[in-house]
Amino acid sequence: MQSLDEITAEATTAIAGARDIASLENVRVEWLGKKGRITALLKGLGQLSEEERPKAGSKINEVKQRLNGLISDRKEILQQTAIAEQLASESLDVTLPGRSENLGALHPITRTIDRMVKFFVALGFDVVEGPEIEDDYHNFEALNIPMHHPARAMHDTFYIDKTHVLRTHTSGVQIRTMETRQVPLRVICPGRVYRCDSDLTHSPMFHQVEGLLIDRDVSFGQLKGVIQDFLNAFFEQDSLSTRFRPSYFPFTEPSAEVDIQCVKCAGEGCRICSATGWLEVMGCGMVHPRVLEMSGVDAERYNGFAFGMGVERLAMLRYGIGDLRLNFENDLRFLGQFR
Amino acid sequence: MILSENWLREWVSPELDTEALAHLLTMAGLEVDSITPLAEGLSGVVVAEIVSSEQHPDADKLRVCTVKTGKETVQIVCGAPNAAAGLKAPLAQPGGSLPGGTKIKKAKLRGVESQGMLCSGAELALSDDHEGLLPLMADAPIGTPIEEYLDLNDQLIEIGLTPNRADCLSVLGVARDLAVMTDLSLKVSTIEPVAASIDDKIPIEVTSSEKCPRYLGRVIRNVDVSRPTPLTIVERLRRAGIRSIDAVVDVTNYVMLELGQPLHAFDLEALNGGIRVREAESGETITLLDGEERTLEAGTLLIADHGKPLAIAGIMGGEGSGIGSQTRHLFLEAAYFSPELIAGRARQYGLHTDASHRYERGVDPELAYQAMERATALLLECVDGDAGPVVDVTSPSDLPNREPVLLRKDAVRKILGIDVADEEIVRIFTGLGFTIVPGEKCDTWECTAPSWRFDMGREADLIEEIARFVGYNNIPSASLSGATSVGSLPETQLSKEAIKQRLVGRGFSEAITFSFVSPELQQYFDPNLVPVPLQNPISSDLAVMRTSLMPGLVAAAAHNIKRQQSRVKLFETGLRFMSGDTVTQQPMLAMIMCGTRLPEGWSAKAETVDFYDLKGEVEALLGGATGALSFRPTVLAGLHDGQTAEILLNNYAVGVMGRVHPVTAEALDIPSGTYVAELSLAEISQAPVPDFQEISKFPEIRRDIAVIVTRETPAQAVLDCAQRAAGKSLAQALIFDVYEGEGVDPTAKSLAIGLTFRDQSRTLTDDEITASMSQVIESLEEKLGATLRQ
Repeated sequence: MQSLDEITAEATTAIAGARDIASLENVRVEWLGKKGRITALLKGLGQLSEEERPKAGSKINEVKQRLNGLISDRKEILQQTAIAEQLASESLDVTLPGRSENLGALHPITRTIDRMVKFFVALGFDVVEGPEIEDDYHNFEALNIPMHHPARAMHDTFYIDKTHVLRTHTSGVQIRTMETRQVPLRVICPGRVYRCDSDLTHSPMFHQVEGLLIDRDVSFGQLKGVIQDFLNAFFEQDSLSTRFRPSYFPFTEPSAEVDIQCVKCAGEGCRICSATGWLEVMGCGMVHPRVLEMSGVDAERYNGFAFGMGVERLAMLRYGIGDLRLNFENDLRFLGQFR
Repeated sequence: MILSENWLREWVSPELDTEALAHLLTMAGLEVDSITPLAEGLSGVVVAEIVSSEQHPDADKLRVCTVKTGKETVQIVCGAPNAAAGLKAPLAQPGGSLPGGTKIKKAKLRGVESQGMLCSGAELALSDDHEGLLPLMADAPIGTPIEEYLDLNDQLIEIGLTPNRADCLSVLGVARDLAVMTDLSLKVSTIEPVAASIDDKIPIEVTSSEKCPRYLGRVIRNVDVSRPTPLTIVERLRRAGIRSIDAVVDVTNYVMLELGQPLHAFDLEALNGGIRVREAESGETITLLDGEERTLEAGTLLIADHGKPLAIAGIMGGEGSGIGSQTRHLFLEAAYFSPELIAGRARQYGLHTDASHRYERGVDPELAYQAMERATALLLECVDGDAGPVVDVTSPSDLPNREPVLLRKDAVRKILGIDVADEEIVRIFTGLGFTIVPGEKCDTWECTAPSWRFDMGREADLIEEIARFVGYNNIPSASLSGATSVGSLPETQLSKEAIKQRLVGRGFSEAITFSFVSPELQQYFDPNLVPVPLQNPISSDLAVMRTSLMPGLVAAAAHNIKRQQSRVKLFETGLRFMSGDTVTQQPMLAMIMCGTRLPEGWSAKAETVDFYDLKGEVEALLGGATGALSFRPTVLAGLHDGQTAEILLNNYAVGVMGRVHPVTAEALDIPSGTYVAELSLAEISQAPVPDFQEISKFPEIRRDIAVIVTRETPAQAVLDCAQRAAGKSLAQALIFDVYEGEGVDPTAKSLAIGLTFRDQSRTLTDDEITASMSQVIESLEEKLGATLRQ
């Protein structure tokens, strides 16, 4: 008969030799199962004398425990190996591209309008829209541009009929707003506008963002402050060089055009700024009292400012787009750059 | 307007270089668009005289000239046809250079030596005339450097004047503003009247004094129009872009540039009786100086004689009554026409002249006197003659009335946000020619504008003048004051931005196409609609307002496909314009897609999109409302008859979608598998505020069945029927397979339906589900003739 040590050694070898979980289980059953050899030894204890039994019993139990420990250790190793093998067999080339739809892109004009709107909404401006086929009254008359005013000739207007035009600016929305809302008010109006002119630097359709603020005691200095803050924010600069030049719009007075230092050459003079170092980016001014009066606002108690900017100009400066027409070709190779 | 710097400096000359001067003008609202130095690079060119001119021995077209340069006599070979003895012309000497960089050297031309080059106007960059030598005045001093003689050390300053600044459409006008900016006074002395040396005059009658409040006329007899215009005048006109015609016309133009008053000279002998300033009768005709005959509209103001129209007042003179080589006696006119009554007339006749440009914006009504005297004096100098007395027909009540305007110091402070010293305010307005006196209340003034300002009707106008001269950049920026209010945050509105972001997230890029389209293109999609046409389209391709966003997107897709982009997913938002009693302008959203379902890649099957891809996009876009979303087959122009649907939200049509008709697709150069959708933005912008429902703690049970129905039976009908029959514990019903083909009757299809049941308060029993399923099957059999597929 084998000694307990021999049996232990044999079992230990068998455990170590198990190559997978299933054969390890077989080993466990062979030695520790109900009919296993260690179990048989325990059952054989009954044949021993009362004195020998405890000693022999504890020895066999000791072996049983050791073998149990060895099996669970071995099982752990085999499980880890199995997982490692699985992982190794399932490894992928992570450099292959993912499987999905590409992201589309907002048009740079929309993207630019969104940034402008965001700034002014934070200052309490509401976004409003207006019709694009506009009547003569809202596009001209109420903005202090009566029939035959020389400023009309500068507008290159598209006519629909005797009394309707394609709006030449978003300024008409100022009037519509004053007609329907109570003062004080702050609104911003982005939208399409139209001029009958088409060449390298003119598109028959383009976009403007118009702003209007009416309140008590509004000053030109405040207009300057808002515009300066906006331009700093838009171009993400601490203090962009700007200048305000007197200009003329029939619906504001004083009127100003705003130039920024050329973003391309930093004022040195280049092709973009026609060697002047400055780029005109918007028109603005204090709302003409006559415009307020025509829209039913008490011009003695209230005043305000208005501004209008060309979206294409600002978008093109911001993103370095050199050709205005690209904006309306809708080429995916162009649009895709604004994801 | 182009201004010669030297001419301006004759009136006021601040100690500033050209750049600084231009900056000053720009910052005061007279925007300098460009500065062009005259004859840059010119050197070594002098006034010379041709003493003799002989045929070149070996060249037909060349002449060999002997030329006096002042220091010596040299031989010059020259090809100009006017190179004749006695002519004075510019000579570029060896070692000198011409504008553009040409260096002058001695050279042999066909074997004959030439010691320099006689120059044309074009070679000196003074004109476009290449044909002959630039003829100089007979009294031009030989040997004088040409830049000195022609005053070429000058800069052309181009000013982009705004329409309100008619007063600056002259050297005098700009000088007046510049003098205030620099605190200088004008250098030019007053214009002396020319005393009449003869008594001749002709009757002047103004029947429309409202339109012509002032008309001055003067007869000048015995002029010699054969005399050349003095070079200074020719040069100054040329620098302002005006061609020299003859001395009389040149003088009138010169005075217009200098003072701003348009003038007109008639040939006295062409006038019948006298001058009548009257309105045209309908149908009268006149041939203008541009050679074209125009039929006049009633009401157009005319300068006529006792027989015929002579000129359209303030716009252009007529042929036949103007100055010609035979003219011996003149009638000189200087008038004031009301801007508001003359405005728009020139445009109406397709004309825009220097005179109409000024009259529409407003000419100083008092200027006519000075301009008349200035022009007379210059004419007498240039062409001799005897001046008659000035006949003045003025209707004082029709002249513009300059009312005093109240200027309040606190209004200045309020609007500009700064305090301006009283002395400065007085200085500015005095300098600008205003009458300014203290008002009744303290810190106020009564300001009366000078006759040349037409833009000074109210206090705001005065405040702008103060701001201009204080300098906009000297007004400090300030912060906004006043309360802002946050309105409600309407969650039931799905914003346009949110809709766009959803589409971008699903791979659509945003297009912006023109709101006007080609009528032909639009015809494909809306053949029965009459679009709103533009009266003056920029081209026939952009002639009508769009009635749908589809044509624009289709064109954008075609553009991309032509550029090898096989996969296109675009959307656009914008208005469509539906004609009617009034035009309806409706905000729309349109989408287009064609090409493969996914971008090409190692794992993507190259399957092209179909109807259900776009339908899926529409469903995803309206995700919050899918419960109420349904689709109904329809037929639309431009779209595939069998693959077009109306999109309904809560049973209300909100849009359409479908495959582009194969014929349309071929005609427009897009793939036949192109799908488009168009939805009304307003209708789809309603989004319900989410209303939370308790999540059931009990398990759900799913049962699947397959039914055979006719091919024509819409899947939606099967789902609807099943849903109605399944009872209230049905949580979801879906179609998870559609099968046509082997094993199924060719006129039928098999639909596999998955029904999920769930209750909020308990676990459903098997019996309950089986009962529900029996009802579903029974109902499908009964209502749709369906059979259960075993």
